[in-house]
Amino acid sequence: MALSWLLLILLALAVIGFFAGRSRALASAGGNVRDLHSLPSYYGYNVALTALVPAVGVLIVWLLAQPMIVNSTVSGLIPDQALLEGSDRGLIMSEVRRVAYGLDGAVASGAMTETQARNGNADTDALTKTLKDAGQILTQDVTQPILVAAQKFRSMTSSGTVAMQVVVLALALLGAAFAYVRTHKEFRARNVVEQGVLALLLLAASIAILTTIGIVLSMLFETMNFFQLHSWKDFFFGSTWAPNFRGGSELSILPLLWGTLYISVIALLVAVPIGLFAAIYLSEYASGITRSIAKPLLEILAGIPTIVYGLFALLTVGPALVSMFGDGGILGVDWMASSNAVLTAGLVMGIMLIPFVSSLSDDIINAVPQTMRDGSLGLGATHSETVRNVILPAALPGIVGAILLAASRAIGETMIVVMAAGAIAKFSGNPFEAMTTITTRIVSQLTGDTDFASPETLVAFALGLTLFIITLGLNIFALYIVRKYREQYE
Amino acid sequence: MTDISQTPNAAPTTKPKGGSLFEKDARTKRRNAAESRFKMYGVAAIGIGLLMLIVLVTNIVTAGTGAFQQSFLELNVELKADKLDKKGNRNIKDIKKVSTFGYAPLIAAALESEVEKFGIQTDLKPKAMGKILSKAAQAELRNYVIADPGEIGKTVSFRFLVNSRVDGYLKGRVTRESIANDKSISVEQLDFVDQLRDAGVLYKAFNPDFIFGADASDQRPEAAGIGVSMLGSLFMMLVVLALALPIGVAASIYLEEFAPQNRLTDIIEVNISNLAAVPSIVFGILGLAVFINYMHLPTSAPLVGGLVLTLMTLPTIIISTRASLKAVPPSIRDAALGVGASKMQAVFHHVLPLAAPGILTGTIIGLAQALGETAPLLLIGMVGFIASNPPDGIVAGFLSPNSAMPAQIYEWSKRADPAFYERAWGGIIILLIFLVTMNTIAVLLRRRFERRW
Repeated sequence: MALSWLLLILLALAVIGFFAGRSRALASAGGNVRDLHSLPSYYGYNVALTALVPAVGVLIVWLLAQPMIVNSTVSGLIPDQALLEGSDRGLIMSEVRRVAYGLDGAVASGAMTETQARNGNADTDALTKTLKDAGQILTQDVTQPILVAAQKFRSMTSSGTVAMQVVVLALALLGAAFAYVRTHKEFRARNVVEQGVLALLLLAASIAILTTIGIVLSMLFETMNFFQLHSWKDFFFGSTWAPNFRGGSELSILPLLWGTLYISVIALLVAVPIGLFAAIYLSEYASGITRSIAKPLLEILAGIPTIVYGLFALLTVGPALVSMFGDGGILGVDWMASSNAVLTAGLVMGIMLIPFVSSLSDDIINAVPQTMRDGSLGLGATHSETVRNVILPAALPGIVGAILLAASRAIGETMIVVMAAGAIAKFSGNPFEAMTTITTRIVSQLTGDTDFASPETLVAFALGLTLFIITLGLNIFALYIVRKYREQYE
Repeated sequence: MTDISQTPNAAPTTKPKGGSLFEKDARTKRRNAAESRFKMYGVAAIGIGLLMLIVLVTNIVTAGTGAFQQSFLELNVELKADKLDKKGNRNIKDIKKVSTFGYAPLIAAALESEVEKFGIQTDLKPKAMGKILSKAAQAELRNYVIADPGEIGKTVSFRFLVNSRVDGYLKGRVTRESIANDKSISVEQLDFVDQLRDAGVLYKAFNPDFIFGADASDQRPEAAGIGVSMLGSLFMMLVVLALALPIGVAASIYLEEFAPQNRLTDIIEVNISNLAAVPSIVFGILGLAVFINYMHLPTSAPLVGGLVLTLMTLPTIIISTRASLKAVPPSIRDAALGVGASKMQAVFHHVLPLAAPGILTGTIIGLAQALGETAPLLLIGMVGFIASNPPDGIVAGFLSPNSAMPAQIYEWSKRADPAFYERAWGGIIILLIFLVTMNTIAVLLRRRFERRW
């Protein structure tokens, strides 16, 4: 029985429960709605929710916990001598899973019978052949320990699934029966249902916390694994980034951080002046019509997906820059060898950030009280003097906050740098050279064949955690500044 | 009478210090100049911003429209029964035994007869002539025959895709100079192409396969399409919609209407505003570690992509839903409470329906954001995968490996053949059409249903 059927049955049970509870409540009041404590449908909802919520809760917990329990039991079954050279338990376990799914698939397609699949003494060579013939994917030949583990895996998974179905259905039936029996005209159904709904709402709100915890934990564990395999001193204070999948890698974050910051600074050098002046013009000078046209047009830039900017950088801006600064270019200099460069990525990222800076600054400038403008203009200052000497100083903390938010965007931006910044990790001040960033390395270390036991893969989690902490710190600081500034004028 | 008034100093011969109001002194001029300069900076800033937008859009349109057109060669192919169905009983199993190589002689013969028919002069050998066709041509013909075995024995007019270099030549991307070092095409072949074009059998036409078709290997850019990855995106968006909307709305209702002022509420609020600013790639790492590595959900599956994008979109939806709940005036709640509704009833029966247009707008904008997101998809394996077959059925749509539109575009941008760049830009046009449509719907909804209180 598939999961979707289980869910459908639960839903059907809830619907039946709804109508049963409702009619029982009505019957207990002799058909007179006014004798009931709550509206009749609340009695129905009570039965439906009591049937559904605990059952679905248990179902979710079970689905999360079962793979973990099965995995740890089965991996304990594999003897140490079965571990091949250069292999580890994680790899063997994925092979075990593959064989188990292969057996499932072969049984389902009729290539072998259930008893054949359960036979622990089966000839492994013949089995491998049968599985491959049945179109199942195996990376290596089935060996005896793997076969035994896979069979254990299958039996545990299938009995676990059966147990789960029984428990969930029983829980749903019990819940429905309990609520149905309690249904009576005196029963305070509305209050109970509302309590339940409130708990569900709270649960939904807590998903934000769960996500954060998930992010931090998932990266923290792998980062700790990484630091067991690789010295943390080299990661934080080393000077070279040279991953080598045969071991002996030098994995230091500093060259990556340098590339990230360099590109972000160029992006901010483009975005901040343009964005700030655009915001000043829009909020202080522009007529209503200009504002209503220009502001949404600028904000289109913020709605364009980053893949578009990445392609723009890779195929348009990069070659254009090379034709200017490259060999045989318009300027007659030979500074730029390839279109992948810090400048390319920085410029395009700057364009992307213009609307971000401008709309945040616009809000902040608008929040400066009109009386301050009037006072300054009344003393004879010109409009621009008012902006420079009164409005900007008053809005400065907010603008700094906006710039910090833009900086955190720039540091965490992935697609533009993946496509246009290059892959060479180095300390260099030359904006025409290719450099690499934290996000680029995360992508390259985690795509393709990943082996979660090598420091070269795990370093991506350490990089991710660092990135998370940097951007989080910048955001909290920026929001603190912005909030503090707002309070000043409220 | 005093003589003070007669002192010559008092005579109005010298100008007053300030001068006439109508004559600007140097300082005023300087200040006015600074004023207009300052204003010009603002105009320039907006000008640069808009210029960038125009450059970007023009670039996308000029570079991408080519992808919607493809060059075809129309040939009259004789589907010889003795080659394709030796037993002559039209048994589909026997027909399937003929591999794609078995179709090559038929196409070569058709090309030769075409050359004779139009009297085309060329020194090319038949094999070199056939090279102008796509590597997919034989498979196309085979699929056609297998789909309709009744055509065997007849002569059918068939439209073949041509090689990406020939296509590039017709579109002006490939020239005789640019192929000097190119082994896959020669100048003689281009001359041959010119003659075929003059004869009217080689032409450019609208190519629906780009929009609805599947991706192809990097040897056959001319056959690649974005259709299958579009389905992948669709399934991801269904997951996002099904999870993010209810959870987001429930969370916002709790925070806006019921949450007491306590530590927990504070923590939730801080968390949501922080999650909104977490780089999207971090969500990709989360997805890889939790959904794939821990829960063993299938790699590259739209379900996993949808889950990751749900977590990423939730803060956006929560923030916009809270804003629209806040916009419903308290008098509505008070009135409902006043006639005896419980707080829950007031919210679900009165506040929520009034906030629905705003919630919907926020949801569509969140979906549009999720649709264009690429970085997390890179980590959960939706790149590097050739989405060559559309999923068969709804469950397979969620669980079998697929790509997504932005991931497909990224994949094309990495391939070596420049013909794929054109397709990447074309893919971006399609992606942007979706985004513009979604945003327009959101704006229209807001205009149409938003109430000013």
